[in-house]
Amino acid sequence: MKNKKGLLFLCLMMVMSSAINAQMKLNGAGATFPYVIYSKWFDVYHQKTGIEFNYQSIGSGGGIKQVIEGTVDFGASDAPMSDDQLKQAKEKQGSDIIHIPTVMGAVVLTYNIPGVGAGLKLTPEVLSDIYLGNIMQWNDSKITSINQGMNFPNKAIIVAHRSDGSGTSNIFTGYLSKVSGTWKSKVGQGTSVNWPVGLGGKGNEGVAGLVKQSVGAIGYVELAYAVQNKMPYASLKNKAGNFIEPTFDAVSSAASGFIKNMPDDFRVEITNAEGKNSYPISGFTWLLISKNMKDKEKAKAIVNFLKWAETDGQKYTKDLYYAPLPKEVVKLVEKKISTIAVK
Amino acid sequence: MFLFGNRKNLLKERDGARAPSPIYTGGSNFKIAGKNAGDFIFENFTRFFAFFLLIIVIVMVYEMYTKSIPSIHKFGWAFIKNSKWDPVQDEFGALPYIFGTLFSSFIALVIAFPLSIGIAIFLSEYAPKWLEQPVSLLVELLAAIPSIVYGLFGIFVMTPWLRENVEPYLGDHLGFLPMFKGAPYGFGMLAAGLILTLMVLPIIASISRDVMKAIPGTIREAAFALGATKWEMIKVVLSSAKSGILGATLLGLGRAVGETMAVTMVIGNRAEISFSLFNPGHTMASVLANEFTEATSDIYVSSLIEIALLLFVMTVILNAIARFIVWRVTNKFSVVN
Repeated sequence: MKNKKGLLFLCLMMVMSSAINAQMKLNGAGATFPYVIYSKWFDVYHQKTGIEFNYQSIGSGGGIKQVIEGTVDFGASDAPMSDDQLKQAKEKQGSDIIHIPTVMGAVVLTYNIPGVGAGLKLTPEVLSDIYLGNIMQWNDSKITSINQGMNFPNKAIIVAHRSDGSGTSNIFTGYLSKVSGTWKSKVGQGTSVNWPVGLGGKGNEGVAGLVKQSVGAIGYVELAYAVQNKMPYASLKNKAGNFIEPTFDAVSSAASGFIKNMPDDFRVEITNAEGKNSYPISGFTWLLISKNMKDKEKAKAIVNFLKWAETDGQKYTKDLYYAPLPKEVVKLVEKKISTIAVK
Repeated sequence: MFLFGNRKNLLKERDGARAPSPIYTGGSNFKIAGKNAGDFIFENFTRFFAFFLLIIVIVMVYEMYTKSIPSIHKFGWAFIKNSKWDPVQDEFGALPYIFGTLFSSFIALVIAFPLSIGIAIFLSEYAPKWLEQPVSLLVELLAAIPSIVYGLFGIFVMTPWLRENVEPYLGDHLGFLPMFKGAPYGFGMLAAGLILTLMVLPIIASISRDVMKAIPGTIREAAFALGATKWEMIKVVLSSAKSGILGATLLGLGRAVGETMAVTMVIGNRAEISFSLFNPGHTMASVLANEFTEATSDIYVSSLIEIALLLFVMTVILNAIARFIVWRVTNKFSVVN
């Protein structure tokens, strides 16, 4: 009799716990750039564990705001939170926010120059001069001298940039600020900046449209977008002095190149990284997680998910045009994940 | 019987004589505040909705005002006088956006107004019935196309055409005018103005046509009877329909000022004040759509909300001006009406 009761109790517990698991729903919001891989992850993970994710790609800025307000279980951003934002979050939520890098992306320069096919080479100096409006013609000697054997037309350069606020612009202007003092003092870094020259297009597709439509145009888009749409993109001279074509390996290599200087909180822009194969305009995208969540069940679920995403999850990256995190970074990230309070 | 009796009752009420009608016996005996209960409820029900609209507007203005206080406080009048918009330095001036909104809407109206009136005159006065109905339908169909479709049409069809054909031609032949100076990008003020023309045209044309069709036939007959030619008759009809046509134009202007998506896609999104039609520009609605989601600092958000407030104020002012014109015109031509 006693045994029977115990069995019943056990059964009940099992039903209840599975019900809790099935009902668990994690809400997140933020960056649009990693939306494709996140949806894939959430879908696969849901089938594996029954945990549901609800992710709204409202933009990095919105994601950070929601994390500060505590309206979501996790946020996502292409730009790290500022010290001030972290302080606000701590004041409002009573917990630190930690940054977990998930995948990597890159910003590439696509162009439309008559007579010039694939393989345009650019140096940081030339790139910043183009975006500052100092180099205005394609047959400028500064461009022709680094692209020996190519025939440049006497065409005006039409500069294209994002008109909407975006993490892509943030990485790109961050890179220009690192490599050009003039850019840093005149324009600076931001999701939107006061562009010295050029036309603005809304979204990657807007910039791509401008470039495709305008003869003599150059613009920056996400690597994934350029690859998917088979657009030509330029090789960029990196810190080590090599011209590097943006590939997924070159992007991952940028993170490896930064490993020595990787800060403990991962809030770092890895543009202009060391390493001879590193593509210079690469970047992480982060999940923003509260270190001390009130709901420990949810905290446990997020920790398990993160561990899975950093290991098994990484194999989905290249198919979806993202660069995976290099192994040495994953190790550091796993250590960080273990600091999230689950009890 | 019921309706008839009720109406009679109402008439009496309006006259102030509230003696019980000797004929009317049916209907409800419930009265609230001396009125038939159903009437009372219905009246207050509709009153609630009317005031609800007012409340929404007031709440909107209040919200926009309170949210833009930091920006108003920091920049003051400089906000509408300055033309530098630099989110990195947190320096915001809205003049290029205000200019862009007014300029692109102005271009659209200048082109769309005569075209629409032409369409309306043809459809209401000249076109045979078998032609009028399908054409009217098509015009109204244009108004129902989503703006993103206009935008895509702008990017893929119109801007290449402008860049390859129209702008080089205008530049070669009329390049001495400041309006036609600059490099032909395709994307720019001209593209925005033309796309807005397409969007505004069906509104002005279809409402103007309706207004002109509503002018009683007796006026046309009277004009003919006095020996007017067809053109003179149309002039009479036009002057009768003037206030309605102005109202239609006002509605069109409203759409042009507030249009966001299609304009953003073709205007080039550059916060610059230039009277050249070839140069890129930017509008108030576009900057909101572009930058609101990723606005990082508080003063940035506040400045964007102030732009929304300015856009609202601008719409109110434009409306007021148009109302004033309508009012003057109606008074002037009230003889004809």
